[in-house]
Amino acid sequence: MLEQKEIVGEVKVIVFRLKDEEYGVEVQQVRSIEKLEHITRVPRTPKFVKGVINLRGVVTPIIDLRKRFDLEESEYSESTRIIIVAVNDLEVGLIVDAANDVIDIPVDAIEPPPEVVGGVEAAYLRGVAKLDKRLLILLNLDKVLSTEEINQLDAFEG
Amino acid sequence: MDMNQYLDMFIEESKEHLQAINANLLILENDPTNIQIVNEIFRSAHTLKGMSATMGFEDMASLTHEAENVLDLIRNDKLTINSEIMDVIFQSVDLIEGMVIHITEGGDGSADVSNPVRQLRAIVSGDFSAQQEVAAASAVAEPEAVAIEATVESSDRDYGLDDYAQTVLKQSKDAGNNLFWIKVTLNDNCLLKAARAYMVFDQLESLGDVIKTTPAVQEIENERFDQSFEVVFVTMHPLEKVKTAIQNISEIHEVLIEVISVKKTDQETPVAKTTAPVVNETKKQETAQPAAGRKPAAGGKTIRVDIERLDILMNLFSELVIDRGRLEQLAREIGKTELQETVEHMSRISGDLQSIILTMRMVPVEQVFNRFPRMIRDLAKDLNKKVNLEIFGAETELDRTVIDEIGDPLVHLLRNSLDHGIESVIDRKKAGKSEEGTIELRAFHSGNHVFIEVKDDGAGINKDKVLKKALERGIVTQAVADTMTDKQIHELLFASGFSTAEVISDISGRGVGLDVVKTKIESLGGSVGVDSIRGKGTTFLVQLPLTLSIISAMLVQVKNEKFAVPLSSIIETAVFKKDQIMMAHRQKVIDFRGRVVPLVSLQEIFQIPSDQIETDDEVAVVIVRKGEKMAGLVVDSFIGQQEIVLKSLGKYMVNVFAISGATILGDGQVALIIDCNALIK
Repeated sequence: MLEQKEIVGEVKVIVFRLKDEEYGVEVQQVRSIEKLEHITRVPRTPKFVKGVINLRGVVTPIIDLRKRFDLEESEYSESTRIIIVAVNDLEVGLIVDAANDVIDIPVDAIEPPPEVVGGVEAAYLRGVAKLDKRLLILLNLDKVLSTEEINQLDAFEG
Repeated sequence: MDMNQYLDMFIEESKEHLQAINANLLILENDPTNIQIVNEIFRSAHTLKGMSATMGFEDMASLTHEAENVLDLIRNDKLTINSEIMDVIFQSVDLIEGMVIHITEGGDGSADVSNPVRQLRAIVSGDFSAQQEVAAASAVAEPEAVAIEATVESSDRDYGLDDYAQTVLKQSKDAGNNLFWIKVTLNDNCLLKAARAYMVFDQLESLGDVIKTTPAVQEIENERFDQSFEVVFVTMHPLEKVKTAIQNISEIHEVLIEVISVKKTDQETPVAKTTAPVVNETKKQETAQPAAGRKPAAGGKTIRVDIERLDILMNLFSELVIDRGRLEQLAREIGKTELQETVEHMSRISGDLQSIILTMRMVPVEQVFNRFPRMIRDLAKDLNKKVNLEIFGAETELDRTVIDEIGDPLVHLLRNSLDHGIESVIDRKKAGKSEEGTIELRAFHSGNHVFIEVKDDGAGINKDKVLKKALERGIVTQAVADTMTDKQIHELLFASGFSTAEVISDISGRGVGLDVVKTKIESLGGSVGVDSIRGKGTTFLVQLPLTLSIISAMLVQVKNEKFAVPLSSIIETAVFKKDQIMMAHRQKVIDFRGRVVPLVSLQEIFQIPSDQIETDDEVAVVIVRKGEKMAGLVVDSFIGQQEIVLKSLGKYMVNVFAISGATILGDGQVALIIDCNALIK
């Protein structure tokens, strides 16, 4: 059984919660998971950019994922986490409601995303993984962190 | 052999040698009889040839080889330098520089060298052919670098020669050739051993024939030997010449030469006699203290460190600075004397550490200045002007990051001075000046800044022409122009849009204006100004910060947010009564020392959320400047002045309005640094 799994191939993902859904990002893209700390607001940036934090000496930008996906806002709580991800030389922190699991998903359990999942546009998704009882939404971080949109917004606001 | 690991070193060394060649060629041009300089150039060229051949850059090797031949003739007085020869050599050097750049960018360094090679060969064959014999016999000037040498007294040495070699040796001897046994020992720190060995063989083969090597040539090429190798060598040249030739190669520790005597008897092996000439006896004494009198070997007292590592060190250190701030605060709160003393001691040490780390990043501006003499020479030739470039303070040190960026703006200023400042020879004579113009390039320290001055004794700035042009281009209105001071008119040179391709040739002419220079220097946190006296000359003064990584800043607070304002743009801080604020065109202004200064509310500009209602009847204002213009930034309170470590906001957020970066404060929080230039229109 175990051997069979290896042949199919698996992806190790960090699971986090946003609103009522569970999402996953590949473990290779995750640098660390931090507790919420003081965020310095950066003026005149898009709404979903919460600001910057001091991450062990490196000034790291922080994105509120709820706002990024136009989900309803909620107060930050004890379980709120910042997941530091690295994509294409960019290191960015994502604010999520909770992060508490690492699981292996067989590649063949991943299906292409439907048009809209949990209010998040399909463009930001890599796929949906069906596991025994749970549905896991895999994020396309390249798209989520695309700076094109930021620059467009910049032009708009500036 | 995998050469990739040596590539960086090859590039660095090539650049250094090219730099040296360029500098020495310029000296030579002014002093064509200086054989010492030719020797220096020859050595650099020779090293370049050896290195490039080893690394497999054939075009470069063949070009340097031809250049070397010409240099060899010059240093042996067989060829007199003239400007044509100099030009050909300069062109070759340019070509080689191009190759090195090509290699640096990942290319294979290939280029069409046929033309310069042909020219160089023509020089060699044209002026010189019959005297070759004489050249061979003539003694070579002893180079000033005295390599350590010694002779060994051994009576019976087995050279391990086979019958065939024996016969060859015997015949050569009979033909009047000298037979030598040579042992070459390389420096302990020699990295490219195979390359050095190659250079030794190359040198030997130009003088005679190598009969045998120990270890075998194949082994040596693959670097399978310790620090030394042995050669049996047949030549018609005297021992001294062979020795000098080998010693001219760098990183050679010791050269040992013995004469092999081939016995006419049946004895199997030839036997060496001690035959070091008398001249060498005196030198033997010197070998008692090794390395004495040698040129300081590269790598002796300095090491190359990747700038990235220094950046990492700097980053780690700034972490430490932040913790230091925190500790100081805690120690004060706890109030225990011993703890406070320890923390104070630590603060002092970390202060020293900070200055050391900062100085590690400092390099002399010489690196940038070095290429200017050559550039000025070429440009002066093109423009048919006579110019003497004088450089002062080349040892002044600047942060490496500034050094990397300052080259282009300086090139621009120098070209500008030469092109538009210095007059033609005829005009200079008319004005009663000496034919040769002078451009002074001067670097010096002052306070927390380094100044670089470009000063010419040319015609100076023609104010009327400048004003006319500025009016044409709509940079100033007639009304403003009438009230402008000389200084303000001069500053117009830096106005954007002032200089374009078809601008009057008196001020600019290259399509790129001085505004580009100004922008570049300001982006480095510096400033540039100009001063000119009509008929006497023009002076550009560039002011640069010592370092880019740590700056002095004023910390201010607006509501719950803290910001840093670079001290370099602050004129002063002041507190005004609310009723001192006036309105002009719906813009709040204040009267600051007789000038009307617009007020900028940071709270509005940065959309800072606030829940409390203003009750204060006073406002705190930071007066900042951008050139001559001023603005008052309205804040809630001043926290104080502090050295801050500059950090970038990262690639995710680029071009954030009016924010130039961030820094980390003592409490670990991030504060944004305000870009005052963006706030002043």
